[in-house]
Amino acid sequence: MNKTAIGNDGTFVQCQNCKKIIFSVEFAQNLYVCPHCQHHHRLTTAQRIEQTFDEGSFVREDDDLRSIDPIGFPDYGAKLEQLKAKSAATDSVIGGTGTIEGLRVSAAISDFSFIGGSMGSVAGEKITRAIERGIDHRVPVVLFCASGGARMQEGLLSLMQMAKTTGAVQRCREAGIPYLAVFTDPTMAGVLASYASVADVILAEPKALVGFAGLRVSKQAGVGKVPDDFQTAEFVFKHGMLDRIVARKEMKATLASLLRTLGGHLYAAPASADTTPAGSIPAGSNASVPALAGGNS
Amino acid sequence: MAQTIAKTHKEWEKPLTELEDTIGKLREAARKEADLDKRAGYEEKADRYQEQAAKYVELMYANLGDWENVLVARAEKRPYTLDYIGAIFSQFTELQGDRNGFVDHAIIGGPALLDGRPVMVVGHQKGRNIQERQMRNFGMARPEGYRKAIRLFEMADRFRLPVISFVDTPAADPGVESESRGISEAIAASMLAMFELRVPTVAIVIGEGGSGGAIGIAVSNRVLMQKHAVYSVIPPEGCAAILWRAPERAPDAAKALQITSESALRLGVIDEIVPEPIGAAHRNPAQAAEFVKAAIVRHLAELDTMSPADLQAERQRKFRAMGQFGS
Repeated sequence: MNKTAIGNDGTFVQCQNCKKIIFSVEFAQNLYVCPHCQHHHRLTTAQRIEQTFDEGSFVREDDDLRSIDPIGFPDYGAKLEQLKAKSAATDSVIGGTGTIEGLRVSAAISDFSFIGGSMGSVAGEKITRAIERGIDHRVPVVLFCASGGARMQEGLLSLMQMAKTTGAVQRCREAGIPYLAVFTDPTMAGVLASYASVADVILAEPKALVGFAGLRVSKQAGVGKVPDDFQTAEFVFKHGMLDRIVARKEMKATLASLLRTLGGHLYAAPASADTTPAGSIPAGSNASVPALAGGNS
Repeated sequence: MAQTIAKTHKEWEKPLTELEDTIGKLREAARKEADLDKRAGYEEKADRYQEQAAKYVELMYANLGDWENVLVARAEKRPYTLDYIGAIFSQFTELQGDRNGFVDHAIIGGPALLDGRPVMVVGHQKGRNIQERQMRNFGMARPEGYRKAIRLFEMADRFRLPVISFVDTPAADPGVESESRGISEAIAASMLAMFELRVPTVAIVIGEGGSGGAIGIAVSNRVLMQKHAVYSVIPPEGCAAILWRAPERAPDAAKALQITSESALRLGVIDEIVPEPIGAAHRNPAQAAEFVKAAIVRHLAELDTMSPADLQAERQRKFRAMGQFGS
């Protein structure tokens, strides 16, 4: 991403798609969507949180989790050290709770800027905990996806995060907790082939890259010519694999409508963090589910 | 040590297979030889070579490198799912179709008897010759393969049949048609269906445990792996293509990814390594099947003591605990 395209500091930025010049204040007001061609530029997690949750309502959780180098993968340990030094992000997923038009949710937001948003043990754990927090506190789960897939640097453990997160979705379903997923650019491979694709409702931002095999992997596997819109949100929508493509400016209202309808049964009842939740991890589990941060209702 | 890195199992085993061919020829010559002295000479030579070959096999497989392990797991002669089904079960009836318009031959499955006990068997299937390989798409299942698997899982649950999965795939099919029909959703839905099961489930990686394509049918109470099988988050070629833009560096990627059964056990991803005959499963398929069967039977007996609810909860706990991180 063009670095200047993120700011709203009174300068000008260039659209990555149509290359036209955009006044950065206007760019920010337009939620980082190009006013000329409607290209949805990638957001930082801070921007996503600001656009989605009621002001000041988002409380981060599980920020203490740190990736390690479990298989001694070449350069991975050094890469993590380097990111620790220069990046504010602690890994590729931010978990937390917040309200959307006053409705409480448990959420996770992927950060593509952190090793391609890839899912290793930490990302898998944070996604799982975000779902479990929804189950335990009887609030819907909203997950924003942005990932190249499983983090190959953690080997098989990353593959297992596909199963782990999907297992959490299964418990979420059993507990009757709605789970909404939003595919943002890009939502790929191991993330798409696990928790992302089994949401109750799937929304996507226009033109987001959504697919199973990355281009370099497909090429290696000998996949030939592909359609022009291959692996776009529009292609995936056309084939019935997602519910709606939602423009960024409509996203919050769309989520809120879904929360009020599908999650209506939860908001109607008085929310209590003390009741024993149905469908949570069975006794004897080693999973820890930190308490929901208060002050969001 | 070999100077060049072999690309196939056949290439890697060539010195050995040549020796074995020579032994075969000597025995044949001995059989046809009328002169008793000459015959004894051939036999003695063959015996000597045989001893040498046995030592060679042991040496080759005892010091298997990570890449060579990949080659063995992919070996053309390695027993496939149907070979194990034939050796371990009886009354297997293959069931087909996703009931949604499509048929897949890279994942097979159906009910069978294991020592007289009804079970559901599901597994990836590779082909033995060019035609069969094409028909089975080289063991790369399309969405309909996983959707058929879901059908069979749900059927097993209804009829209280334990589910045995055999995992042997390079990857799920990455083509345009598979994307169109939702290969990602199919894999995710298959994992979801496995988490729902209230019957004992055992998965065994018998060859290639290739990423999402493998885990799609391997979310089981017990996950086993044959000694020379591999299990990986990404094919070594794909990893090398992404990391170094050099698929030919797959051997380096194989090492980096730690795809051996020992690594999987150490990482807590599998429960047990199932031994293989000396020189790997293809040298003695009958014995390999015996080992696999014994492991399945033993794990099923353990799982039989658990209630349906406990089986589901234990499976959730098992995968919930996977991963390593600090704070």
